[in-house]
Amino acid sequence: MDMTSLPQPGAKKLGLVIDLDICVGCHACAVACKEWNTSAYGAPLSDQDPYGGQPEGTWLNRIHSYEVKPEGEPAQLVHFPRSCLHCEDAPCVTVCPTGASYKRGEDGIVLVDESMCMGCGLCAWACPYGAREMDMAEGVMKKCTLCVDRIYNENLPEEDREPACVRTCPAKARHFGDLGDPDSAVSRMVAERDGYDLMPDQATKPVNKYLPPRPKTGCDNGAAPDNLAQLATVEPSGLLGWVDKALAMLE
Amino acid sequence: MHPAVSLLLFTTLSGAGFGLIAWTGLGFGPTGTWFAWLDAFVAGLLVTAGLSASAMHLRRPDRAWRAFSQWRSSWLSREAVLAAATSAVFGAYALIWIFTGARLLPLGIIAALLSAITVYATSMIYTQLRTVPRWATPLTPAVFLAFAAAGGALVLSVLEGGRSSPIAAIALVALVLAWIVKVAWWQRAMKTTRASAGASPEQATGLGNIGAVSRFELPHTGSNYLLREMVFQVARRRARAVTRLAVLFGALVPAVLLLIFLSFAPSPALPVLALVSHFAGLLCERWLFFAEAEHAVGAYYGAR
Repeated sequence: MDMTSLPQPGAKKLGLVIDLDICVGCHACAVACKEWNTSAYGAPLSDQDPYGGQPEGTWLNRIHSYEVKPEGEPAQLVHFPRSCLHCEDAPCVTVCPTGASYKRGEDGIVLVDESMCMGCGLCAWACPYGAREMDMAEGVMKKCTLCVDRIYNENLPEEDREPACVRTCPAKARHFGDLGDPDSAVSRMVAERDGYDLMPDQATKPVNKYLPPRPKTGCDNGAAPDNLAQLATVEPSGLLGWVDKALAMLE
Repeated sequence: MHPAVSLLLFTTLSGAGFGLIAWTGLGFGPTGTWFAWLDAFVAGLLVTAGLSASAMHLRRPDRAWRAFSQWRSSWLSREAVLAAATSAVFGAYALIWIFTGARLLPLGIIAALLSAITVYATSMIYTQLRTVPRWATPLTPAVFLAFAAAGGALVLSVLEGGRSSPIAAIALVALVLAWIVKVAWWQRAMKTTRASAGASPEQATGLGNIGAVSRFELPHTGSNYLLREMVFQVARRRARAVTRLAVLFGALVPAVLLLIFLSFAPSPALPVLALVSHFAGLLCERWLFFAEAEHAVGAYYGAR
C-alpha cells in the first residue's frame, strides 16, 4: 500500500471558494466548523485551559484580518479565512511517514486517518498555510475534512449537505463545489472574478480559490470630501440659528 | 521553528553514531575483540539514544512502528527504514568481528554507505520542506553529513584512547570541512527570506496587488499549535551569542585540542575534551538550525 503518495488527479476536485470582497470577519464559519467537527469525524477538537488565563484549542479554520494599504489611498480592511486548501500537490501527504495522511482520488479531499497518526507533526511543518493543528488532548493531527461526513450524508436534508462553514456563513462569502468541473458554479465564479491561489510559488496547487476584493471606487474621483468632520458640522437655522448667532456675538 | 530538545538530541546523537559506524566499517580503529565490543556498544548506544529521543518527539509513540511503512514517499519513513537496515548490517559486522576477530571489509563498506544514506535521509526530512526556506538547500544534507563524519571520527578517536592512528587527524580534517560547509550554509541562510520562497504576507494572502499587507487583527487571542511550533521566537534575539558559542565550542576548542593531541601531547584526555566541547557546540548549532528557521505560516500572523 502506498497511501501517502498522491493519487492520480481525478476529475472531481471538491473545494471552497472564499470571497474576500464579501467576508465580514464574523468568525461564524470558524465557530460552526468547531461545533460540527468536535462531534463528528475523528477525535473531538479539544481545548486546553478553556476557562483559565491561557485558553487555546484546536481549530480547523482561522479568520485573520489584514490592513491593505494601496499607495496614496486609504487603507482597506480585508478579513481572511484560512483553512486547508486540499492541494493537488499536497506536501503534507507525501511527508507523512505512517500512511495516516492521504488524499482521496475520487474527490480530492485531504484527510487524516487518526488511528494511524503518531503525532510527529511533520505534515504541519510541510503545510505553508497552517492548515493542520495537532490536537493536544488526542495527540493526533487535525485538519479540515471539507465536512466529508456532511457532504455525502443522506441522513441530512439536502441543503445541509455542504461544509458547516459554508452552510453557516451569513454573508455568503463561502462557496462549496467541484472545482474540477469548469461549468460548476464555483468554477464560473473563479473565472469571472479572477480567483487565485495562495502562495503559488510553494507549488502546492491548491484546489480552494480566493476571490479578491473588488476595486474600490468613488474614493479618489474628487467626489468624496477630504474631511468627513466637515459633514458632521450642522449649520443651525430658524430659532436655533438666531440663538447661535446671538451667542456668537458674546464670544 | 521550535527547537525541541528531542530533535536536537536525535539529529546530533544519531549523526555521531552513524558516523562512528561508517568509520568503523571502513576499517578504522584498533582490531582487538575488546575494542569490537566497545565500538559496537558505543555505536549502538548513540544510535539508540538518538532514535529514542526522536520517538520522544511523537505524541503517540505507540504508533511509531507505522513509520516503517511509507518509505516510497516519505523521507521520515525512509530514515526509519534505513536506520534499522544500517543497524542490522553493522550488527552483523560487529558480531562477526567479536566472535571471529575478522573485520569483513565488504560488509563494513555496506554499513558505511548505509550510514551515509541514513544521515542523508535524516537531513532530507528538513531539506524537503519548501515551507522553511533556510532549510531547503542541498547545503543542509552537506552539513548533516559533514558533522556526522566529524562527530563519528571524534568518537572513534576517543575510543582509541590515545593510540596513534590516522583517525584523530581525520577527525580534525572532517571538523574543519564540516565548519566550512556550515559557514557556507549560514551565508546562504542570511540571504534567504520567506519572500524568496513565495511566502511574504502579500504572497500569502494574494492581496499584494492592492497594496502593502499588514496584520490588523489576529484570528485568536491566545497562542496555538502553529505559533508554538512554527513561529518560535523565544531567545532568537540571543542568536548571535549562541552562534559564537557554537563556533567556539563546536569548532575552535576541539580543533585546538586535536592539534595539540596530534602534534606533541598524545594524552587520551584531549580527544575526550574535544568531543565533549564539540558536542556542546553542535547542540548550539542545531538549536540555531531550528530556532532561526522561519516558516511560511508566520506570514499569516505577521510574525517571524
